Amino acid sequence: MAQPANQEAPGSGTRQSETLAPPAGHGEHEGFFKKYLFSTDHKAIAKQYLFTGMFMGLIGAFMAYTFRFQLAFPGSHVPGFGVVSPNEYNALVTNHGSIMVFWVAMPVLIAAFGNYLIPLMLGCDDMAFPRLNRLSYQVFFLSVVVLLISLFVPGGGFGGAWTAYPPLSSKAEYSLTPLGSTLWLVAVALEFVAFLIGGINFVTTTMNSRAPGMKLYDIPIVVWMIVIASLVFMASVGPLVAGAVMLLFDQLFGTAFYDPARGGDPLLWQHLFWFFGHPEVYVVLLPACGIVAEVITVFSRKKLFGYKTVLYTAIATGIVSFFVWAHHQFVAGIDPRMANVFTATTVIISLPVAEMVFVLVATLYGGSIKLTTPMLWALAFIAEFIIGGVTGLFLGASGSDIYLHDTYFVLAHFHYTFVPIAIIAVFAGLTYWFPKMFGRHMNETLGKIHFWGTIIPFNSIFIPLFLLGLAGQHRRIYSYEGFPELARPELQQLRIIATVSLIVMLCFQLVFLFNFVRSMFRGRIAERNPWKANTLEWVAASPPPHGNFETMPTVYRGPYEYSVPNRDEDYWPQNQPA
Amino acid sequence: MGTESRLAISRGTGEVVAFPVSPRRRPIASSGVIGMTLFVIAETMFFAGLVSAFTIVKTTALTPWPPPNQPRLPIESTAVNTLALLVSGVVLLVSSRHFARDAARAVRWLALSAGLGAFFVVFQGAEWVALLAEGLTMKSSTHGAFFYLIVGAHGLHALAALGGLCWALLRARRGTLAPDAFATVRVFWYFVVALWPLLYWRVYL
Repeated sequence: MAQPANQEAPGSGTRQSETLAPPAGHGEHEGFFKKYLFSTDHKAIAKQYLFTGMFMGLIGAFMAYTFRFQLAFPGSHVPGFGVVSPNEYNALVTNHGSIMVFWVAMPVLIAAFGNYLIPLMLGCDDMAFPRLNRLSYQVFFLSVVVLLISLFVPGGGFGGAWTAYPPLSSKAEYSLTPLGSTLWLVAVALEFVAFLIGGINFVTTTMNSRAPGMKLYDIPIVVWMIVIASLVFMASVGPLVAGAVMLLFDQLFGTAFYDPARGGDPLLWQHLFWFFGHPEVYVVLLPACGIVAEVITVFSRKKLFGYKTVLYTAIATGIVSFFVWAHHQFVAGIDPRMANVFTATTVIISLPVAEMVFVLVATLYGGSIKLTTPMLWALAFIAEFIIGGVTGLFLGASGSDIYLHDTYFVLAHFHYTFVPIAIIAVFAGLTYWFPKMFGRHMNETLGKIHFWGTIIPFNSIFIPLFLLGLAGQHRRIYSYEGFPELARPELQQLRIIATVSLIVMLCFQLVFLFNFVRSMFRGRIAERNPWKANTLEWVAASPPPHGNFETMPTVYRGPYEYSVPNRDEDYWPQNQPA
Repeated sequence: MGTESRLAISRGTGEVVAFPVSPRRRPIASSGVIGMTLFVIAETMFFAGLVSAFTIVKTTALTPWPPPNQPRLPIESTAVNTLALLVSGVVLLVSSRHFARDAARAVRWLALSAGLGAFFVVFQGAEWVALLAEGLTMKSSTHGAFFYLIVGAHGLHALAALGGLCWALLRARRGTLAPDAFATVRVFWYFVVALWPLLYWRVYL
C-alpha cells in the first residue's frame, strides 16, 4: 500500500487534460493477454469481475440444487452429483452461503458495477489507481482459486457454516476438515484484501476525478451508494480480519483465542464476525438500491424523489448498521439487557431502509412508466425486498427471535433480502447497462420470459420455507427423518415444493445465459443513449473505448432532470449546456 | 488546487514532468493521501478489533492478570522504545517541513526518522527474544497469544512503513521524490507512530 499513487497520475483518472489524446501506455493495439487478462482498463476489470461472479454464481446455484434435492428426497441419488453424505451436505451448505455472499454479490454488485460505472458516470477516463485496480482483481482471482481448491482437498470442503463459529471451525477434530477449513479462511481473507483495495480506489476516484462542474450533489445516486458501501466495508472488515487471524492461529498453531478451556472465549468470534457481518448486509444493499434508483428514474421519466433524502438516508443506514450486530446472538448467551438495546437499534435501522423504499415508490408516482425488462426487475426488487424487510422485524425483536432463531424462517427472511439484492437488482443493472457494456441490445421477449420464470419460482421456493420455519424446522440438518414431528408428510411436501421450484428457477436461468451470450454477438446494435438517460456513461460510445470519452465532458446539472417543463425532450443530459 | 500545473514522475523516463491542470476539476487532496488515509481507517478498525478482543478476554479472565506463571512484560524499557518511536514521528514532521525549501536538510531529517524507526523495530525484536526465553509463547496462555498477535501485527506494519520511509529516502537523495508520494508514505508512518502508544497503554499497562 506504500505504493505512491501519484506516480501514475499522468495516465490515471485524475489526469486533468480536457481533450483526450490517447495517453502513453494506453495503446490501441494491445495483445490478447494484455487486453483481456492484464488490463488496467476499468471496464475490462469490471467485466472480469462480472464473468467471474457469474461463474461462481453457477457453482453456488448447483450447490443449492444439490442440497435442496437431498432435503426433498433424503438419501436419494442426486442427478449430476450422486448420493449426498452428511459431511458433503455441510460442505455444500457452507460453501453455497460463502460463495453467494463473498464471490457473487460482492464481485458483481460492488466490484463489477463499481468499476464499470464510477469512472464513466463521473466523466473521467479511468480509476485513480489503475494498477491497484488490476491488483484487486488478481487477488480476487487468487481467492477464487484457493476456494475451489478447498472443495477438493482430503477431508472435503469446509462444513462449519458460512459464519464459521468456533469451536466447530477452530478444531479439525470437530470439523473433520483440517485443510478445507484453513483454505476457506485464507480464501475469505484474500477476498477481503481484494475488496479493500477496490474500495479505496472507488472512494478516491469519486473524490478526485469528477468531471469539471460535477458537484457532490450531482453525483448519480448509484455511485454514492457504492462509495458509502465501500466506506462501510472498509470500516467493518478490520475486526473480522482480526478475528480471522485469531481463528487461523487457533487452527494452525494451537493458540487458544476461542478455546474456553484454556482461557479463550468462543463468543468473541461471534462478535467480531457479526460486527462485520451485519454492515455487510448494507454493503450489498446500498449498491442494489442505487441501481434500482437509476433504473426507476429512467423508466418513469421522473426526477428521483428526494435525492438528498436518499443520500442522507444511505449515510444514516451505514452508520446505524454498526450498532445492530448482536441481534444475531440473542440466544448465544449474551446479557438480556444488551438484547434489548440491540432490538431497539434493529428496529431503528428499518426506518432509513423503509424511507428508501418510499422514495422509490414516490419516484414512480405520476411517472410515465415503461415496463421494460430492467424496469420489471427494479419493481420486483421493491416488492420482494419489502417482504424480506418486514419478516426481519420478527427476527430483530428478541422476544420472537428466541423462537425463530436458527429456523428456516431466518433462512427464508435472509433469502428474501439477499436474492433481491444480489440477483434481482443485478439483473436490473445488467439488462439496463448491457447496451453500454457490449454495444448491443438484449432480447426483450427472452428477458421477460426469464423475469417471470425467475420471480414466480423464487416466491414458491421461499414461502414454503417460511411456513416450515414457523413449524419449527431447524436449519443445518442433513435429513429430517430422525425428527418425527418434522418428518410429517405435509411438511415434507412443502420441502418438495421448494426444491421443485428451485429447479424450475434454475432452468429459467438458461434462458438468461442464452440471451446474454447471443445478444453479446448477435443482438441489435445499440446507439449511445438507447434509454434516453441523463448520466454521463451514455455520452460515451457503446461500448466505450479505452479512455471512455472523445472529449472529456463538463457537467452542468444534476443527473435526474427528466420531464423538465418547457423543454422539447423529456431528458436533459448532465453534459448538455443550458 | 487552483494551480495551473502539477508535478509528477513520468512512468517511462522517471523524470519530473509538469502536466496541465484544469482549474475546474478539483482533487480534494492528492489521490495517494486519500487512498492511504482510507487504508489507515481500515487498519485502525483492525487494531480496534484486536484490542477489544484482548480487553474482553483480560477483564473476564478467571485468574489474575497476567496469569500467575507467566513473565511480566518489560514496561520500562518499552517506554523508552515508545519514546524513540514518537521522536521519529516528530522528526518526520520536521523533515516534511523542510522538504519544499531545503531538500538536503529534509533528507537528513528523514534519515534520522527512519533510523529511529529501525531502532524501534530492532529493540522490539530483542525484547521478544528475551520474553520467549522466559517462557511467554503464543501457546503458553491467551496473554502470550494476544501479546504476540497485537505487538506482532504492529511490528509488521512498522516494517512495511519503514520500507516506505527507506524508499522515500532513496528517491529523495536522487531528487526524484514527488511531494504527493512523500505525503502518502508519511501518512502511513504517522499511523504506525500514533497507534503504538495506544497499544502500549492497552497491552503493557
